[in-house]
Formats: sequence, C-alpha cells, structure tokens
Amino acid sequence: MTKTTVEKVWETVQIARNTKRPTAQVLINYLFDDFVELHGDRLYGDDASFIGGIGFLGGMPTTVIGQEKGLSTNEKIKRNFGMGHPEGYHKALRLMKQAEKFGRPILFIIDTPGAYPGVGAEERGQAMAIAVNLAEMIGLKAPMISVVLGEGGSGGALGIGVSDEVWMFENATYSILSPEGFASILYKDASLANKAAADMKLTSADLYHYRIIERIIPEVEGGLHNNPEYSFSILKTELIKKYAELCQKSIAELLGKRYQKYRAIGLYAE
Amino acid sequence: MNDIFEERKAKVETYKKIRGKQEKLFKVDIPEGLFVKCDCCNEYLFREDLSGSHYVCHKCRFHFRVSARERLKMVCDEFVEMFSDLKTLNPLDFPGYEKKIKQYQEQTGEIDAFVCGTGVICGEPVAIGVMDSFFMMGSMGSVVGEKVTRLIEHATRERLPLVIFSASGGARMQEGIFSLMQMAKTAAACRRHDEAGLLHIGVLTNPTTGGVAASFASLGDIIIAEKGALIGFAGSRVIKQTIGEELPDDFQKAEFQLKKGFVDMVIDRKDLKNMLGKLLKLHKRTGK
Repeated sequence: MTKTTVEKVWETVQIARNTKRPTAQVLINYLFDDFVELHGDRLYGDDASFIGGIGFLGGMPTTVIGQEKGLSTNEKIKRNFGMGHPEGYHKALRLMKQAEKFGRPILFIIDTPGAYPGVGAEERGQAMAIAVNLAEMIGLKAPMISVVLGEGGSGGALGIGVSDEVWMFENATYSILSPEGFASILYKDASLANKAAADMKLTSADLYHYRIIERIIPEVEGGLHNNPEYSFSILKTELIKKYAELCQKSIAELLGKRYQKYRAIGLYAE
Repeated sequence: MNDIFEERKAKVETYKKIRGKQEKLFKVDIPEGLFVKCDCCNEYLFREDLSGSHYVCHKCRFHFRVSARERLKMVCDEFVEMFSDLKTLNPLDFPGYEKKIKQYQEQTGEIDAFVCGTGVICGEPVAIGVMDSFFMMGSMGSVVGEKVTRLIEHATRERLPLVIFSASGGARMQEGIFSLMQMAKTAAACRRHDEAGLLHIGVLTNPTTGGVAASFASLGDIIIAEKGALIGFAGSRVIKQTIGEELPDDFQKAEFQLKKGFVDMVIDRKDLKNMLGKLLKLHKRTGK
C-alpha cells in the first residue's frame, strides 16, 4: 500500500523528533577537532540549550553554535529540550561577534521546537533577543552556514538561521510553528497535527523547492539515527568545500548576496 | 446617586436596542451604535465623543484598537500612500486562504494588513507605516513583509526618518515559512536604515506579539508603547499551558515592558503625535 502525503510527512516529523536522533553535541564531536566549549552571555547567565565554542573543521578554526536537546532524560531537562531563553540568543550573538573579530567562519546547528514560552523568557526580552540576532546576522562579517539538524521551530530557529546558506538534513523540518500549534490555531483541533504538517510544507524537499534552503543532506532509510556517520561525513565534506568557497569572496560580496537572498523571499502579485 | 443608575439603565436599554439590529462590524474595534461600552471599565461612551477623543475611554483611558487609516489621520498632517498595489497570493496553496483574504478585504477595505507611504508629522517629513490589526489580526505574510521592507528601503534611499506602528498577532500562519522569512527580510532592511545613520521610531500598539515583536518592531532607536498595549513574544495562553499557572495582570503589557527595560516610554494616545513631532525635531542633525 502506498502512503498518503499526510502519512509520509507525519513520519518525517516523527523522525525529526525521534529521541534517538543525534543532537548538536554529537554532530559537533564528529565534525570538529579540539572543540573548546565557551559559556555564558556576559549579561545574565549560561543557557544550556545552546552549545557554543571553537574547533577545527578540517583544519580551519571555526566557531560553532548549536541548539542542544539532550539525549538522556536528565540531559533533556538540563537542556530545556532545546528551547532557548533570551540569554541563549545573547550567548549566540556574543560568540558570533567573537568569530567576526577573529575572522572565523561560523556554523549554526538548528534543533529546537521553538524559543521557550515562559515568564522569565518574556521578562528578559525573548522577542528583542531574536530581533537583534536577525539584524546582527544579516550584516555579520563572517561566512556563515546554518544547518537544520532536527526541528527548526519558528523564530527560535530563525534566531540563529540567517546565514549565507541554510541546509537541512533530509528528515529535518523547518516551520513557522509546531504542527500541533498550527492545527490548534487554524483547525481549532491540535489532534489534526498530521494534516497541519502536510499543509504547512515543512519538509526539506518543500523548502528546497521554495528556495528557502540551499542543500539537503541525505539520510539513510528510517532516519539519521540509523546511520549518523553516513550523513555526517557527507555534511563535513560539503561544509569544508562551501566554507573554502565562501572564504574566497570579499565581505562586501558576501553581505550583498546575503541581503539579496532574504530580500527576495515572498510571493505576491503587483 | 439614583439618577446615575437610572441614566445608565437608560443608556444600556438604548444600547441593547441598537445592538440587536447591528451586523458584525470589523472596521473599528467597537460595535456600531450610539453608545459603546468600554472594554475595560464598562462605562458607556458616546460613539461620537469617542472618535473625537482618539478612541480612548475618557474615564479609564482604555485605548480601543484603531484601523491603519484612522491612525494615519490621527498622527499625520499629510500622507501619500505607497506600494498600495501589492496583492496577496497563496504561496503554500493553503486551503481556503484566498477566500479568507477576500473576506477581510471586503470587511476592512484594505488589500492587506499594512498601509504605508510618506507623510508629515508636526512639520517633519517621515516614511510611515501602520499595521492594521483588523485585517487578519495584523499578521505578517509576504505582502506585509514586502511593504514594510520597501518602506524602510525607501526611507534609507531618501534619508527619511522611519515611523512604524505595529499591531500584529505575529507571522501569518497561512503563508508558513514565507511568513517566517519576512522577519529576516524586514530586520535586514532595518539594519541598512540604521547603518545609514537614520532615525527609526517604533510605536508598539495593541497587540504587538510573535514574529512582528521579534523582528522590525523591536529594532527602533526609540521604542514607544501605547498605554495598555499587549507586547510580547509568546501568547499568554501558550505560556499558561507551559507553566500551568495564572499570569499576573500586567504581564506583557506596555507598562510591564517599560519596567523590564524594553521600551523607552508608555504613552497616552492623545500625546502621541506631539511626542513624535518632538522626537523627530530632536533628531535633526545640526552643523556639518
């Protein structure tokens, strides 16, 4: 029996959220040599849902900033299931600026259900933190690539997602809201999340089609957790190639292209 | 004392009669009729008085929501609209979206949720844009994002100060990822306007939340919040579900944002135009 679109898309959502799916930390360990983690936003605290630091990527010093969901239950709680607070976005920005200063390229690893919706997050300016990152990233003088590893949840993902190129793992998702939230708003029924997921067009194939992303990293049958090395090795090779290419370009060209890329997104009639 | 009760009773009766005959009206946030009940203190207000008092309750200063056109009338001495020919499409082929857009277009008379152009406030030329919360809760899809961006780019080119009134529930769900990306697009335009050394005043009105709060609305040099406006990232319903507790009354209100340091001032609508005029004058460069 062939699967319907709704079934196929929902399967992708499940793979993207699979608790066995490798997290940012696992990917960082694979990609980087001599990774040194750096902590704190120098303003308030250290958000454990963000991992940041420096390492060698194929011999090139690179800054990496990733959203970490955690693998074990304890780790998941410590990491707040990858849902960042303002201090996480501030930490990310601090490390971006540091990369800019020392002329390092930056890799962002996106994997979050969304920025955390809580009282403290609101009190400390969640909206402001994301807005500032968007404005800073569009003009940051460093080659940048964002890779959606699992879930790309809304503004929480975009807060580290404005880059020269955005890539997705094959079974990752990237959307304006969780399918559950979308279904409860538009269909007034959260149990229609599977239908919502299909209507939202959140798969890597959809986003590639819409030119929101530039590349898809293939996964083996059943998903990344079945053979991470297969996908990670492809990613590593492609990243090294792409950074070499981006580093060849002048900063002016890089920033001009980055601006134009986002400038062109949107569909309307005139 | 009795007179007051009698008077109110009479008002209520009149109001009920009128209300029974009225159809739903979306253009202003208040039902048609002679009297309007204040959403906050329940005072019955004369409709005519209300339009003359910036749609603010004279008793408790509750600010009713106003349409983009009303707002422009309130703050601009002159206004010339721009980019009014952009039309909404259905990028994700989302079921029923065209129909919904058409409904709102008929109800509000607007093509989408943002009206913008160049204007004059207290003698100062500005690029000005206003979101219309009566059009799909002021949500930002491709058309809103494109118009905001074009307005900002126009301001950068013409070296104009920028005033944007936000009133939005956030990114527009029906355009999915395209809406999300409008956040990056508008923020990018803000950055270029900023780098050109130009003034951007953001006025946050009720409500400014979600993807709009998390992009251009938060990027002004000066951020003004209108009295009582709801301002925040996540919806209070979602937060309540997450933490499983009731939220304090002032949570995510303009006054809360002032206390937390995210806005420069909270202002009564009647003082808004003068304040904009003053700020525009204070930012005029002198000398070379």
